Amino acid sequence: MADVLRFTERGIHCPAGDFFIDPWRPVDRALVTHGHADHAHDGMGRYLATEAALPVMRHRLGPEAVLEGIAYGERRRIGGATVSFHPAGHVPGSAQIRVEVGGEVWVASGDYKTAPDGLSEPFEPVRCHAFITESTFGLPVFKWRPFEEENAAIDAWWRAAAADGRPAVVGAYALGKAQRILASVDASIGPILTHGAVENTNAVMRAQGIRLPDTIRVTPETRIKDHPGALVVATPSAMGGPWMRRFPQAATAFASGWMAMRGVRRRRAADKGFVMSDHADWPGLNEAVAATGATRVFVTHGYTSIFARWLREQGYDARPVETEYEGETLDSPDPGTAEDAA
Amino acid sequence: MKRFAQLYEALDATTRVLPKVAALKAYFEDAPERDRLWTVALLSGRRPKRTVNATFLREWAARAAGIPLWLFEESYPIVGDLAETIQLVLPDPSRTADLTLSGWIDRIRALAALPEAERRADVLDAWDTLGGTERFLFNKLITGQLRVGVSQKLMSRALAQATGIEEAEIAHRLMGRWAPDDVTWDALILTPDPSADLSRPYPFYLAYQLDDPPEGLGDPAAWRAEHKWDGIRGQLVRRGGEHHLWSRGEELITDRFPEMAATRDFVPDGTVIDGEVLAWDHEAGAPLPFARLQTRIGRKTVPKKLLQEAPAVLRAYDVLEWQGRDVRARPFDERRAILEGLMEGVPKDAPLDLSRLLAFEGWDDLAAIRAGSRALGAEGVMLKRGDSPYRDGRRKGDWWKWKVDPLTVDAVMIYAQQGHGRRAGLFTDFTFAVWNGDELTPFAKAYSGLTDEEFRRITAWVRRNTLERYGPVRAVRPHHVFEIGFEGIQASPRHKSGVALRFPRMLRWRHDKPIAEANTLGDLKEMLAAYG
Ligand SMILES: [Zn+2]
Ligand SMILES: [Zn+2]
Repeated sequence: MADVLRFTERGIHCPAGDFFIDPWRPVDRALVTHGHADHAHDGMGRYLATEAALPVMRHRLGPEAVLEGIAYGERRRIGGATVSFHPAGHVPGSAQIRVEVGGEVWVASGDYKTAPDGLSEPFEPVRCHAFITESTFGLPVFKWRPFEEENAAIDAWWRAAAADGRPAVVGAYALGKAQRILASVDASIGPILTHGAVENTNAVMRAQGIRLPDTIRVTPETRIKDHPGALVVATPSAMGGPWMRRFPQAATAFASGWMAMRGVRRRRAADKGFVMSDHADWPGLNEAVAATGATRVFVTHGYTSIFARWLREQGYDARPVETEYEGETLDSPDPGTAEDAA
Repeated sequence: MKRFAQLYEALDATTRVLPKVAALKAYFEDAPERDRLWTVALLSGRRPKRTVNATFLREWAARAAGIPLWLFEESYPIVGDLAETIQLVLPDPSRTADLTLSGWIDRIRALAALPEAERRADVLDAWDTLGGTERFLFNKLITGQLRVGVSQKLMSRALAQATGIEEAEIAHRLMGRWAPDDVTWDALILTPDPSADLSRPYPFYLAYQLDDPPEGLGDPAAWRAEHKWDGIRGQLVRRGGEHHLWSRGEELITDRFPEMAATRDFVPDGTVIDGEVLAWDHEAGAPLPFARLQTRIGRKTVPKKLLQEAPAVLRAYDVLEWQGRDVRARPFDERRAILEGLMEGVPKDAPLDLSRLLAFEGWDDLAAIRAGSRALGAEGVMLKRGDSPYRDGRRKGDWWKWKVDPLTVDAVMIYAQQGHGRRAGLFTDFTFAVWNGDELTPFAKAYSGLTDEEFRRITAWVRRNTLERYGPVRAVRPHHVFEIGFEGIQASPRHKSGVALRFPRMLRWRHDKPIAEANTLGDLKEMLAAYG
């Protein structure tokens, strides 16, 4: 049987439907798993994504982009292929894309996490013959605590900083992680300030009905003295730069899966690291693969060759594939920040 | 162990001095006495020896985690630390235990005497009892690798604050030979008996690099200068009819340099000399290359042949104790006069030699002397105020080292590898090559010298310009030229290029240079001939 999906230099291609999934070079028709910049590139003829992902994509790709929405679980025929989108649990609106051609089913999962985060539509396993999985945290050293525990740790840290008379500045992706923190913190501790890039995403999400606490956008006029006991939600890139100068004496923290590693925590020179990721940990990746019932597995962005080798030893026909997806990186520009908001 | 783990986390969470000192002070005020002693020991490098072989630990941990050994081995370099890798791969502990730091250390030391099967059972039991940072620290202790990001100076400061004793006095009390098992808190810190340890050295005074022009130091007449010799900083302690030689790392190296026994003939009891241990050419009256001294470092016993090939001397810089009295507070000029008087009676072939003061008129004069340092086998010059006391630790102001500029070559990056630990996720380890005809021959690896921002940029570039992968190493398109700085060069048949460099690092990313303009192997060979 011919492959339902192929890995090309433009992205993941479906010959039967002549469309691409998360392409990184211009193509006519793009099916997009979610709005992060490494998955939703601009320059495509038209886009198909979940209804819940559309507002952020519109915000990022501009008014000219041709966007079409689809509900989770809705089946649609494209050429010789039938496609449907299923929750990936990564960020609000994120999806795994199921593609069926002549009874053969492949699933491209984009970015996903299996554990709930209190904000995104929970991950749903999709049965398939071949599964395309990420491997951002595809090593047995990555194991996340339940999100409630990490949320409680953030509240405790914020409370301690507030009691100390210092602002608490946490660095988190502008799309997804930041809102996850906002939705979970105990907003009665103090006021919440946000970096412009975070606030832009907040506005988009509020407009689509996602409930977030009240926030105050940080502008050049913002004086931290006017907001005692504040939590400041910033982008990781802003935390290293001059933007931080307005918060001297701040308690600082990063929220990322990489914070599981002591070396990374130290390099970021933040006082604290919260291990919080929008990607699956090692047990999550393994559970997800098993739950698909797939025999073939393609491993993209992350520890691709290691995770593929491990899967082969578990009896899968697995191999790594090169893509231009980036996973959760602290070192390149924030994938949630399309524009550099002040 | 919980209290110690809490201290470790507090110290690890910040690079700022004040919170570190505050965390230590609080610990020294409320931790149990034996834990305090052990903490001082650990923070001053007095670690218990490794009790379990690392290979065993990897196998046990992989099995306990339910993963194949290869997967553990792949994870280890990415985490960058064995103790942490074990901490992270193992399942959560199923029990808790309430053992103190010293209790754990006793348990760890008892492991050494156990047969392998029991040792394994005990380690697995500990892993199943300890979680998070405590498990990490346990692993560090059994592998003899525990390091804490606190200088001796900060620890002394915290102890001073916790006890009310002067910081310099604390620093001196902590020097030399002592072990937590043999002392009490009172005898070590609070009321030590000065004659208890005749071998005890003084804390070394370390100078900062002078980055600005020396004109900023004011009147040259207030300053003394001497060459900065390239060896092992050492302290010769002569007391009670004995002699002891200490390295700057507070290691007793008396046995490694048996020739120093002859100093007993000229250096009277009650004397402590600070100097540089060098491999020495007695005929020429000049130091041998550092590579010769290297053949002596790390050897606990010295074969006769080596004693002849690379004889050592202590080149004396300063005197810290004279006639049984601590003279560190007296001005440098006075100490120097004592030292010169002492050296007058020392024969030329003795393992003791005086580091001469350099006569100079003005700063320009000294700059010229500095520029010629390398040819004499020196690293540059030292500047010391004539009226300065001998301080402890690294301090600014009275002493400066003014090193010669490093040797440099422009080289092409050909391989890249991701960094470990602190720099996981970034490409930071690079191999550099020079032209050999129309081929690029690798000659050095370097992983420091760029800013985080530059590492980020080069990482993004490496991802897009990988030609081939060999395990973790990526061959990249030859495109970028870097200026590589290094302190020395020596012949090395083990390297393809035939040379080995000392302390190579990236000085600059030469965006302006095409790869055709990088240096050649011929250029390196010329440097080898001149400075090797
Ligand atoms: Zn994503
Ligand atoms: Zn991704």
